[in-house]
Amino acid sequence: MHVISRACDHRRVKNRYQRERAREPRRAPTVTAAVDPGAPDRPEAAGAARAAAAPSAPFGVPGADPFPVDPDRPTEPHGHLVRDPTAPGARPPTLYRRRGGRLVAGICGGLADHLGVSVLWVRASFAVLAAFGGAGLLGYGLLWIFVPQSGGDEPPMTDRERQQGLGLIILGLGLAVAVGLLGILPGWLTGPLGVAMVGAAVVWREADESQRRRWREGARTGMAGALLGGGGRSAVVRVVSGAALVVIGAVVFLAGSASVSDLQFALLSTVTALVGAAVLTVPWWVRLMRDLDVERAGRVRSQERAEIAAHLHDSVLQTLALIQKQAGSEREVRRLARGQERELRTWLYGPGGYGRGDAAEPESPAAEPGPMLSAQLARACGEVEDAFAINVDQVVVGDCELDDALTAQLAAAREAVVNAAKHAGVAEVSVYAEVEPDQVSIFVRDRGAGFDPERVSADRHGIADSIRGRMERNGGSVRIRTAPGSGTEVQMDMPREARR
Amino acid sequence: MTSEEADQRPVRVFLVDDHALFRSGVRAELATAPDQVEVVGEAGSVAEAAAGIAHYRPQVVLLDVHMPDGGGAEVLRRVRGEQPDVVFLALSVSDAAEDVIAVIRGGARGYVTKTISGRELADAVCRVAAGDPVFSPRLAGFVLDAFSQGPHSAPVGDPELDLLTPRERDVLRLLARGYAYKEIGAELFISVKTVETHVSSVLRKTQLSNRYELSRWASDRRLV
Repeated sequence: MHVISRACDHRRVKNRYQRERAREPRRAPTVTAAVDPGAPDRPEAAGAARAAAAPSAPFGVPGADPFPVDPDRPTEPHGHLVRDPTAPGARPPTLYRRRGGRLVAGICGGLADHLGVSVLWVRASFAVLAAFGGAGLLGYGLLWIFVPQSGGDEPPMTDRERQQGLGLIILGLGLAVAVGLLGILPGWLTGPLGVAMVGAAVVWREADESQRRRWREGARTGMAGALLGGGGRSAVVRVVSGAALVVIGAVVFLAGSASVSDLQFALLSTVTALVGAAVLTVPWWVRLMRDLDVERAGRVRSQERAEIAAHLHDSVLQTLALIQKQAGSEREVRRLARGQERELRTWLYGPGGYGRGDAAEPESPAAEPGPMLSAQLARACGEVEDAFAINVDQVVVGDCELDDALTAQLAAAREAVVNAAKHAGVAEVSVYAEVEPDQVSIFVRDRGAGFDPERVSADRHGIADSIRGRMERNGGSVRIRTAPGSGTEVQMDMPREARR
Repeated sequence: MTSEEADQRPVRVFLVDDHALFRSGVRAELATAPDQVEVVGEAGSVAEAAAGIAHYRPQVVLLDVHMPDGGGAEVLRRVRGEQPDVVFLALSVSDAAEDVIAVIRGGARGYVTKTISGRELADAVCRVAAGDPVFSPRLAGFVLDAFSQGPHSAPVGDPELDLLTPRERDVLRLLARGYAYKEIGAELFISVKTVETHVSSVLRKTQLSNRYELSRWASDRRLV
């Protein structure tokens, strides 16, 4: 009983943890713990997995369609999915700028999502407001500065929507300039102001992009990283051209209103003042950057800790509780301990595991490789270990992606391990797999009873069908070396397809 | 000490592992072979290990790969210079090839996994004490991976050190398949002595080759 109550407790903790993870829309990517393969038959783990799989967009349904009449839509457009009723109250509505399907900064989209109206109407309103002394533009700019970006998994916009949006932008700018020319603002101000605003928009948009890139690629450090966020040359070009537009706007504005000598003096004094201010504030900037780095590193660390704690809760503690309950059954204890050890090893030392650290960064951006031979072989051996309560030691040299032939070879190898577990009468089976450029060999060996291949009765299909048949249908070969009393070794060779 | 005396006396062993529970487990396991091995002392940290090895003068040190403040490699670095004739055998639950290879390169004469039985462990201790390397199948696999000639493998500097001969490769493969020296000899039609020579040569290359420094081999080279 004690164990069960602990488990429930732990589920609550875990769920809260999941909620908090889901609530944090902007987090640096961290290593995600492998989902425990044993989850389906453990209710608390399954619950946690469900919570993890639940969508957690920080806004409601992305307003891709202009007429959102969605019966399934939650009453609060920003609402999270409904989790267990014991959850603390839902968070207040938050406005985010849209990442996907945006034209300039995603503000209209974000507002539309927030208010639950069509994007088209929001854009039109801004365009009309732009006519009132540029109020729409001002409002847009302010929102751009103060509203955070969303995590960005909204669908991209349709062509029609993009055309409408662009039309509205041009209409808004036209209205602003036209009304400005008609007397609210003098003409010598609107032109330069327009140029400067376009420049600012380019720079700000680049800032959004760089922030986005940094979320995606983890925390970066340094001033250049904060400015460009790893965008490369194109980012530099965009930032510089935007800044140039702003400067041109300012210069034109000044040139239109002052004489040349005044202008020179003004420019010089401005530049001097700016440089002076920059020099004076260098220590503050540096400290700001450093504090930011420290804070970010701390947050990443605490997230990692939570991740590890959750994983240990889910796996090791559960298994230890089960082992205590099963202490009478030696076989069961062995099975549990072995399974847990395997799972923990995979989590620590497997590809992308915690023990791998940064070494796991793939250098070639191979798009999601398929199932790998080593991982699948480990899984198959693990299944046999659990089913027959024996040890299966595997050594794999090299690795490659599975194709149909290799999948058949794996199935044959699994069958060979099963045979050894059933008939050899030993507690340990060795598996050795080697991937070579032209073939994959798998050896399954036990030091058990062995048998006389000539005298296997005709009704036994294991070797004939499951091993030999599978291999030969796919162009492979099998060699079995055994004799009564001297163990058995099954060697399976499969030629690899010509590599592209 | 003459070889006759060595046969009569148990090998003096020193345990280094940061888990007291595990040390007591190994002690109990090795106690099943009192005529072969005798545990003379143990340590739970790098500093303790350095002091203990200097004090007890064991023949073989069973060394955990993963420990705080530097792990097994650090113990090797501190002790090897002062006591070159102490033999190290790495013992670990780690599956990270880099760590295991690092300890071998630090001077350990072999590597076994912690799931090894007491009897096998005692045998392994006697073998390293007698000067033979001990390659568990897993270590053989790591070394094969490290010397593989895949598309990502490091450039060969000194072929004498950076390449395995076909024979050495065959021996390693059989070791990885779980064969004993005698079985390997029978398989390749060579004497056990020759097998030992090949394994020693592989150990030497593993310790001296520069191929590991030239690339992050464990993650890059597995793909064939």
